Amino acid sequence: MKVKILGSGCSKCKMLEQRVRRLDEAHQLHLEIEKVTDLEEIMQYGILMTPGLIIDGILKSYGNIPTDEQLLQWLKEKRI
Amino acid sequence: MKVVEKYPIGSVAVLLPLSIALYAILQHGADAFVRVTGLSQGVRLTEAVRFFVYEVPKVLLLLTLVVFVVGIVRSYFSPEGTRAMLGGKSLFSGNVLASMLGIVTPFCSCSAVPLFIGFVEAGIPLGVTFSFLIAAPMINEIAVVLLFGIFGWQTALLYVGTGLVIAITAGFVIGKLKVEGLVEDWVYQIRSNSVLMQETAPQFRDRIQSGYSAVSDIVGKVWPYLLVGIGVGAGIHGYVPENFMEGVMGKSAWWSVPVAVLIGVPLYSNAAGIIPVVQALLAKGASLGTALAFMMSVIGLSLPETIILRKVLKLPLIFIFVGVVAFGITIVGYLFNLVY
Repeated sequence: MKVKILGSGCSKCKMLEQRVRRLDEAHQLHLEIEKVTDLEEIMQYGILMTPGLIIDGILKSYGNIPTDEQLLQWLKEKRI
Repeated sequence: MKVVEKYPIGSVAVLLPLSIALYAILQHGADAFVRVTGLSQGVRLTEAVRFFVYEVPKVLLLLTLVVFVVGIVRSYFSPEGTRAMLGGKSLFSGNVLASMLGIVTPFCSCSAVPLFIGFVEAGIPLGVTFSFLIAAPMINEIAVVLLFGIFGWQTALLYVGTGLVIAITAGFVIGKLKVEGLVEDWVYQIRSNSVLMQETAPQFRDRIQSGYSAVSDIVGKVWPYLLVGIGVGAGIHGYVPENFMEGVMGKSAWWSVPVAVLIGVPLYSNAAGIIPVVQALLAKGASLGTALAFMMSVIGLSLPETIILRKVLKLPLIFIFVGVVAFGITIVGYLFNLVY
């Protein structure tokens, strides 16, 4: 599963990245995590607020940090 | 926090009266603290300590309450909605609406660039976009609540009003200057494939929840600034002699307003840090216009934000942006000094 975190380096973006990495480790999700800082690429997704969270090419959230529960649900969705 | 998450509405019913009760006994609490610690009356240190012990919980309580309410209000607004509302608006009415939406739309300066591009892409005029970008950081809930708490509602209202006027006129002027060519070219080339997920309308419960997360977000972030700000304020309160600022920041010094703005523009602090300092300056004879101009330039314009915006704006436009806003703030400063 590919996870992209869109953000040019604000504190919320870093926090989201940390959370995803922590969940990845704690639940053995074997995610492919990529932090996207290039503005042009970020803007391709049409978000107005960072951070954005892309899971397998689909924009899941932007502008806020989802709860761990919500993140885990998204990250596990396609596993079954 | 778990309880709050589980019963968001019920916990409001408990926490709200509790904070009001707490607020009511603050003055006595501070006096009692000074008595208990055995500090002698009228001494500078005592006055500084009293100021600190009274202001910190007062401002924290007010801040929490207002951030909570604003968090709920903001859940009704989104940058997407704002963009949709601004689409197709003419220059002047667009500026007015953008400035007002700047107050209520959730915004953080690190999102300034995506937001700018998103607005431009949607065909919103540059001047209108600037009105939004000026109002959003300058008129923020922290500034308003602190002004309300420390100086009363008139000053808070005045601040919001003049902030709006600056955002509207500055955006309007920038719009009239026809600066489209001064936006970095790549901005115009971006075509986003809007893959925004559909949003399910949140329930009231969720909105209360966003109030709580706003509190933990914002109050959690600004409290250190607040402590430092009130600390500096307390120092000025206790140690700087009365009327000391009269000559430097008082009405008689005509140059004080532009100097205050010049110093304030590159500085950045959030409202929580700067307002207690402003309060202390005022108490020592600084005039309201000068102090407000200083505060607006510190909160509204900042070096980090202009550096971020440099990615989408060519240098001349950065200078125009900062120049027009700084000029507006200076005018407001003079106006206040004249009226008060």
